[in-house]
Amino acid sequence: MLASLVGFLGDVDKAEEATQEAFAIAAERWPVSGVPDRPVAWLVTTARNRAIDRIRRERTLAEKIRLLPVPEAVMDEFDDSAIKDERLELIFTCCHPALPLDGQVALTLRALGGLQTAEIARAFLVSEETMKRRLSRAKAKIAAAGIPFAVPEARVLPERLDAVLAVLYLIYNEGYRGRVDLGAEAIRLGQVLAALMPDEPEAHGLLALMMIHHARRRARFAGEDLVLLEDQDRSLWDAGQIAAGQVALDRAIALGGRGAYVVQAAIASLQARDRIDWPQVAALYRRLVELTGSPVVELNRAVAVAQAGDPGAALAAVDRLDLDGYLYLHSTRGELLRRLGRDDEARAAYRRALELATSPPEQRFLRRRLDQI
Amino acid sequence: MQYALMIYPDPDYLEAMPDAERAATRADYLALADDARYVAGARLQPVETATCVRVVGGRTLMTDGPFADTKEVLGGFSVVEAADLDEAIELAARIPAVRLGGAVEIRPVLAVEAGPVVPR
Repeated sequence: MLASLVGFLGDVDKAEEATQEAFAIAAERWPVSGVPDRPVAWLVTTARNRAIDRIRRERTLAEKIRLLPVPEAVMDEFDDSAIKDERLELIFTCCHPALPLDGQVALTLRALGGLQTAEIARAFLVSEETMKRRLSRAKAKIAAAGIPFAVPEARVLPERLDAVLAVLYLIYNEGYRGRVDLGAEAIRLGQVLAALMPDEPEAHGLLALMMIHHARRRARFAGEDLVLLEDQDRSLWDAGQIAAGQVALDRAIALGGRGAYVVQAAIASLQARDRIDWPQVAALYRRLVELTGSPVVELNRAVAVAQAGDPGAALAAVDRLDLDGYLYLHSTRGELLRRLGRDDEARAAYRRALELATSPPEQRFLRRRLDQI
Repeated sequence: MQYALMIYPDPDYLEAMPDAERAATRADYLALADDARYVAGARLQPVETATCVRVVGGRTLMTDGPFADTKEVLGGFSVVEAADLDEAIELAARIPAVRLGGAVEIRPVLAVEAGPVVPR
């Protein structure tokens, strides 16, 4: 509804105002006169009419606002299917790279997720006032800089879609840390995007990745403590969501998707199986290293190589990495050295990891490991 | 709407540029000026020629040098007519400086209401 009004009015603020007014009128009238046959159409029409009234008033007041002749929205012309779905335009506007990243995230949650400003503020641990300013700055820039309300042309679409996917994944990862359930919100947004861009494999890939990860969230912690994948209680996994993620992944692969989100989703999917095909996981990580060039991904590949039965090769790969300040490099080395029976070196590696650990659950986990050697 | 494209070339790159490339770059700039969406623009003399002016207490004060003493200095600007920011970005991306280590800052031009013309 909001998307259709932004498309019509070309202004997020005006659209929000009009939407709120329409809901207020509905709350007043519907209990008395009954719910109309087509409630959504009624709301959109009412919101449009309110917005038009407002614009007219402002125009008479200050012959200033230049707007195209505004057609009178007539109820009879309307049915639900005639409301143009402009959510995709709204997504691309909210995730325009000319906006600061925190503004893109906030605006996407506000305009598309329908979250209240206070909720978004809580999720990002800032005051409501700060979040309000962040949102209004972003909206002001959209209006003043002429950020278009449009799906980008084909030439720039791939990079602009990447930007949208990055925003959704960022929202998801904020949720992953376990505050307001942004994970579920990111998945909802991912579903909208995948439905609106059904032929984009990476949109399905990201959706699959988020769903399969999200399905395991209840098993990831025992109280405050982190639980490793192999030790997780699988009865806590959401089998329905894993299956839904698998469907999205199959679709992405059928569309020829081989990008970073699709590969990560494929890895997550393999890791959700009863028997994990570690050589296959290692091969997918190799592909991901090629795509991202990330040493952290190479570290993950090494772990998969070890799980596939070759801790020696894994250790050689880890020792080639330049990640000395990275906690997980040392905890991984510790584990590999332990498996290779080099206990003294293993203990030294775990101690180095412990020096770098900042969160109490991680510290407890590493101490337990150290005691076990 | 109109956008100002403020061009900040990478000074090191410019100095090291071979003559042939310099000529090609110049041709690219000229091609941009031929675009129908180009409104106005200028290339500026080097920053060593800059003078800053302030009026304090009725006196005109001058200092030698640019307003902000930074490595990045404004090398020129152009004003273009574009439908929206995306079109302005597309034009900015064609300015040679942006692929030669420099950057272009895009700023929408504040639309001034065309008021009634007062006859003198």
